[in-house]
Amino acid sequence: MIVIGALVAICAALVWRRDGIDGVLNILTHDLWLFGEIIPRVLAGCLLGGFIAEILPHDKVSRSLGPESGLKGLLIGTAFGAILPGGPFTAYPVAAALLTVGADFGATIAMVVSWTLIGYGRAVAWELPILGTDFTLWRIAISLPIPVLAGWLGRVVFVRMYPKGEPS
Amino acid sequence: MTASALIIDITLWGSVAILGFMAWRRGRVVLVSSVREGSMDFINIVPRIALGVIGSGYIAAVIPPEVITGWLGPDSGWFGVLTAVIAGAATPGGPVVGFSIGAVALKVGGGTPQVIAYVVAWALFAFQRMILWEIPFMPARFVWFRAAVSVPFPFLAAAIAMVIGKP
Repeated sequence: MIVIGALVAICAALVWRRDGIDGVLNILTHDLWLFGEIIPRVLAGCLLGGFIAEILPHDKVSRSLGPESGLKGLLIGTAFGAILPGGPFTAYPVAAALLTVGADFGATIAMVVSWTLIGYGRAVAWELPILGTDFTLWRIAISLPIPVLAGWLGRVVFVRMYPKGEPS
Repeated sequence: MTASALIIDITLWGSVAILGFMAWRRGRVVLVSSVREGSMDFINIVPRIALGVIGSGYIAAVIPPEVITGWLGPDSGWFGVLTAVIAGAATPGGPVVGFSIGAVALKVGGGTPQVIAYVVAWALFAFQRMILWEIPFMPARFVWFRAAVSVPFPFLAAAIAMVIGKP
């Protein structure tokens, strides 16, 4: 967070040198407006994460999405990411909740990557109208194996890096 | 507010209501503790989201969009794919910006594999989404790990696109 804060300060200073104080204030008001729009959704996402962490039975999650869940766990993670409603304000809190209830990095990576690459929300709302049906369907078809492969690679690397399980 | 934003909000709060109801059926204690858990997460995350939202606007303002379209040159082979991946990660702004740049690149004659690599890299690594959403919500180690194992995949997507040919 400190790095990001410093980066922001540098960029704000660059904007100020280029566009003066008006440029800085323009971006600030626009972003504050965006912030106000986003905040209720963030709250909804956090509540979803909280409910999921409480409702889902931990032993079941770690069996079906844990380190021993094999290809099936990666497929479940991929399917879950593809059907998850909402935007980043749901995907990341829910992914974080899955990690806390026993999903491993591999299955969670499959879920996050599947949400960004084949989740229907963004494809229908933005990609179809802007890039066209042919390109979008083709791009999604090519992307289909990626979440599973990324999750698998994540698992392989994770086991090599932390042979005794995740350090806390 | 646009219609799609309204639909998103309805599905989102609808899911919250359904899961909240399921938690309540498990008992009041479960409901109260999960709401408390969720609210604590929310309170912890608000300052980071504030920095992300307000900060990424400034970062985006510093990167001129022409630089990114320039990187997505027409049929440029693997070097084009590499620059497309870097451009995808460096593209500021939301989905409209990312997909529009892809569309412009296609129109000015950019190769389809390069544009696929660009869109996939943007989906996987767009720095603004990582700063604004992924880093605040997920454990930092997970984010770096996820990003690192995702590196080969825009290239893989481009390779598949090169082999299969145009849609």
